[in-house]
Amino acid sequence: MSNLDILFQAPIFSVQLLLDGLLVGAIFALAAYGMALLWGVMNIINIAQGDFVILGGYVTLVLYQAGIHPLFGVPVAAVVLFLVGWVIYRSVIFRVVDRDLFISILATFGISILLQQLMDQIFGADIQTAEAGLGTMLLFDNQVTIGLIKVVAFVVVIVLATVLVVFLKKSRLGQAIRATAQNARAARIMGINTDRVYAMTFAINAAICGAAGALVVMTWVIQPFIGLSYTIRSFMIVVVAGVGNLAGVIAAGVGLGAAEQFAAFLLGAEFQIGFVFALLVVILLVRNAVLKRQRKYLH
Amino acid sequence: MLTSVRRIILVLGATLLSLAIGMSPASAKVEGDTIVLGAALSFTGKYKTNGKHTKNGYDLAVKRVNEMGGVKVDGKSYKLKVVYYDDESTPTRGAQLAERLIKQDGVKFMLGPYSSGLTKAMAPVTEKYKIPMIEGNGASRSLFNKGYRYLFAVLSTSEQYLAETINLAAEQAKAQGKDLSSIKVAIAVENDPFSQDVRAGVVDDAAKYGMKVVIDDKLPKELNDMTATLTKVKALKPDVLVVSGHSKGAATAIRQIAEQRVDVPMLGMTHCEAADVTGKFGGQAEYTLCATQWAETMTYRDDYFGSAGDYAKLFEKEYEYVPPYQAAESSASVLVWVDALKRANSFETDKLRDAIAATDMQTFYGNVKFDDTGKNIAKPMVLRQVQGGQYNVVAPTKWASDKLIFPRPSWSQR
Repeated sequence: MSNLDILFQAPIFSVQLLLDGLLVGAIFALAAYGMALLWGVMNIINIAQGDFVILGGYVTLVLYQAGIHPLFGVPVAAVVLFLVGWVIYRSVIFRVVDRDLFISILATFGISILLQQLMDQIFGADIQTAEAGLGTMLLFDNQVTIGLIKVVAFVVVIVLATVLVVFLKKSRLGQAIRATAQNARAARIMGINTDRVYAMTFAINAAICGAAGALVVMTWVIQPFIGLSYTIRSFMIVVVAGVGNLAGVIAAGVGLGAAEQFAAFLLGAEFQIGFVFALLVVILLVRNAVLKRQRKYLH
Repeated sequence: MLTSVRRIILVLGATLLSLAIGMSPASAKVEGDTIVLGAALSFTGKYKTNGKHTKNGYDLAVKRVNEMGGVKVDGKSYKLKVVYYDDESTPTRGAQLAERLIKQDGVKFMLGPYSSGLTKAMAPVTEKYKIPMIEGNGASRSLFNKGYRYLFAVLSTSEQYLAETINLAAEQAKAQGKDLSSIKVAIAVENDPFSQDVRAGVVDDAAKYGMKVVIDDKLPKELNDMTATLTKVKALKPDVLVVSGHSKGAATAIRQIAEQRVDVPMLGMTHCEAADVTGKFGGQAEYTLCATQWAETMTYRDDYFGSAGDYAKLFEKEYEYVPPYQAAESSASVLVWVDALKRANSFETDKLRDAIAATDMQTFYGNVKFDDTGKNIAKPMVLRQVQGGQYNVVAPTKWASDKLIFPRPSWSQR
């Protein structure tokens, strides 16, 4: 019986894959949104994105080991990472903001290595995890099982995304961030302290990663050296969705998450990540073709 | 004039002579009454924890041997000492350090690093300089098909890790009067050399019994999610599920099997202890079969440590934690060196190599006897089942202290 037959004969398993993919994709989307923000506003591709996520996980782990419920880690990790992000901006990033893209990639790569080694020194190289103890939701006569933590994570992601949208649209700082993203020079002329905007943007991105990390440590496992896979995933989602498009980032995140689950089921787990990359190539080719056609109309 | 020419010739001659002495294989790295062993271990980086276990294992054995009078070679007693370097958990660094230990420090007796990857990087170097290396932490079978003459491993190789699970499943099926060809096996292993070896062993044994492999997933290294594979397990209902993917794989599997309520009669896994599945997940880890190189309840013994249990007690007294098998096999590596030095009764590398190759002894860790490729063929892998939060030996039957609980109770019954 091939794997495809299983899905036809017992469609319930598709529901399982779809739900898992959507819920898991949302967590990736959160980290990706931070990356898109940074990219759009400061033109920085943050290689240390995944390491911020893992650091957020460790902050949550410290709380968990102190006997506090790991869900409190979401706000606490966000606050701690906000401060970490601010310090990193003030010490390193402000020097590379207006420079070549490769300089900032190099700088954040360095930060990534530094964070990895620091986490290794402080927390050790062992696999760590925090149990939220929420249990499992059983649907359709136990055929479909969803860890409640994933549902909670999904809700947290949606709430955070909404807060971010409102913040960027309504608050003064949010408007300053958007103005700076559109044209930093014009924003400066209009009296916006772009240096402060950059610092806040970098810190907000780190805070988003911190919250995502808290969800990661409750959903999966963390280890000081697995940050890069989160960076790559975020990067891919942003490439698909485009910079400065929150709804697009969330859609791309959950979409890729679901596609990945089906690929793993049908083709085998070894193709799970490969499939997503192949899909990325296809999406870029299609988009390129579409854009070309649009350009033709302009002539 | 003449005297100055003569002087130059003299100086040149002396230099050449000293060079010749320096280049000829020196008898050994022995300083006074101390035999110096060398090891590159992971004190930093991703293998830090296990690097520490390895070092503690070496140190404890060295301490014990020295306390008991050291090693007698050619009528003289020598103490042991180990020179360590940090390989930072990276293979290139490991290879450089092997070169440094041998060429700069003149070490002639090597102990292995932690992990197959590091051993694989260092073995070509020790081979090049014809320096024997006895190791207890590189289990990949790819280490033993390269024709290395100077590499010896006291541990069971990785294809044996979970093969015993299949034997156990066959035993249970026979006891229930089931046809072996009706037994379905699911394999979910990480896509790395170690886990692929584990997989090869399972596939071989499943084929031997005529069992069907219904799922054969290779999990990418950067993946820490196996929900798709487990969904397949729920759909195809195999009799045995085998998982291997270091600590990350073990932790992920235990968590997600519980989360997804996957019911499978037998679940076999590597690295349960390293991932501390009983500590982290409590009841969710119950009934899991965990492969281990060694358990302290086993009845092996030797003159230095006594029984396996005595070793565990001594280790715990010294380092204040229960010895993982990574420490035990490291201690055993030192004991094999001691035994070989005694039997060779010489520091000559070739004689020592042959003495190691002829090893046939029992240690607290198990019997040691090397085949032509340098791997230990005298010690079986052990399976322990998590029962009430404890790891109890259930297979092979000869060493079992407890009875296997089979099948695993379904989640709805727990």
